[in-house]
Amino acid sequence: MSLQDKYKELVETAKSGEVNNLQVREQDNVLYIDGEAPNGAVKDNLWNIYNKIDPDFRAGDLILNVNVAAHSGQKATVTTDSSNLNIRKGPGTDQPIVGKAAHGEIVTLINKTNDQWFLVKTNAGEEGYAYAQYLTPQA
Amino acid sequence: MKKSLQNMLAIACIVFMSLTLYSCKGPDDSDIQKDVNEKLSSMPSVSATVADGVVTLAGEVPNTEDKATAEAEAKSVKGVKSVVNNCTIAADSMANEPVTMGTDDALTTGVKDAIKDFDGINAAVNNGVITLTGTIKRDRLPNLMQALNTLNPKKIENQLTIQ
Repeated sequence: MSLQDKYKELVETAKSGEVNNLQVREQDNVLYIDGEAPNGAVKDNLWNIYNKIDPDFRAGDLILNVNVAAHSGQKATVTTDSSNLNIRKGPGTDQPIVGKAAHGEIVTLINKTNDQWFLVKTNAGEEGYAYAQYLTPQA
Repeated sequence: MKKSLQNMLAIACIVFMSLTLYSCKGPDDSDIQKDVNEKLSSMPSVSATVADGVVTLAGEVPNTEDKATAEAEAKSVKGVKSVVNNCTIAADSMANEPVTMGTDDALTTGVKDAIKDFDGINAAVNNGVITLTGTIKRDRLPNLMQALNTLNPKKIENQLTIQ
C-alpha cells in the first residue's frame, strides 16, 4: 500500500479543512504533508487522525508540518500544559528569559520568526520570543 | 364619465398588481443555472448545480480565496436563495518540487529547543534523521512530535518507551 493510500484520510481531511498551500509529497518512503491550517482545531484533528492511522507515530513514514496560520496583530492563547510560557530575548532556549506568560493568557503576535519562534507582546507589555508550539493563534 | 375613469383605474391597478406579483416569482432554476455558469466562467474547475434556488458548488480550487470568490459570485446571482460550497482545495501545484530538508546544524538547534521541556528524552540527529530514545508519557507524545515535525527533518525514528 502506498503512503498516499495509508494516509488518505489525513490528506482528504486537510483538503476539506481548508488547509492553505497544502503540499503532499512522497520521497524515499516518507510522505511529507505541509500547509497552513486556518485554526488550532483543524491542526489538532489532523494529528488525531495521524495518531489513529499510525498509533504512537512509530512508522517513521510521515512528516506532518501543518501549522496554524499566524499574522502580526493576531491574538494567541498560551497553550502550555499548565506552566508559564517563557518569553525570551531571542529565538532560542539558550536566550535569556525576559518575561513570562501564564497558561491560558492571551498574547499579541508581533511577527512570526519561523515555525518554532514567534515574537510576542504580553498584556503586561513584555516583548520577546516565545516557543510557537505553546501558542495557539485565534481564528 | 367619472365612474368609467374609476373603473379604468381599477383595471389598471389589477393588471399592474398581477404583473408585479408574477415578477415576484423570480427567475427559475434554469435561469439561475445560466447566470451562475456565466459568473463562474473564469473558474472552469468549479461546477454548479441548482435546485429550488439553492446552488451547490463542487470542484477543486487552488486556495480558500478562490473558494470564497466562487461562493460570492454564485450568491450575487438574482434568485439564489443559498449556496452550498463543496469546493475542495487542491494540493499545491508545486507538489513535485523536492522536499526542503533542514541541515543537521539547524535540526540540532531546533531539536534542543523542542525537547527542553521533556525530561528523560534523547534526540540524535544524523543526515536529517531524528532518532528519539528515552521514556515519555503517551499524552505528551503528540506535543513532542508536533514540535519536531516543524523542523523539516527527513524522517523521525521514534524509539521511545511510551508509558
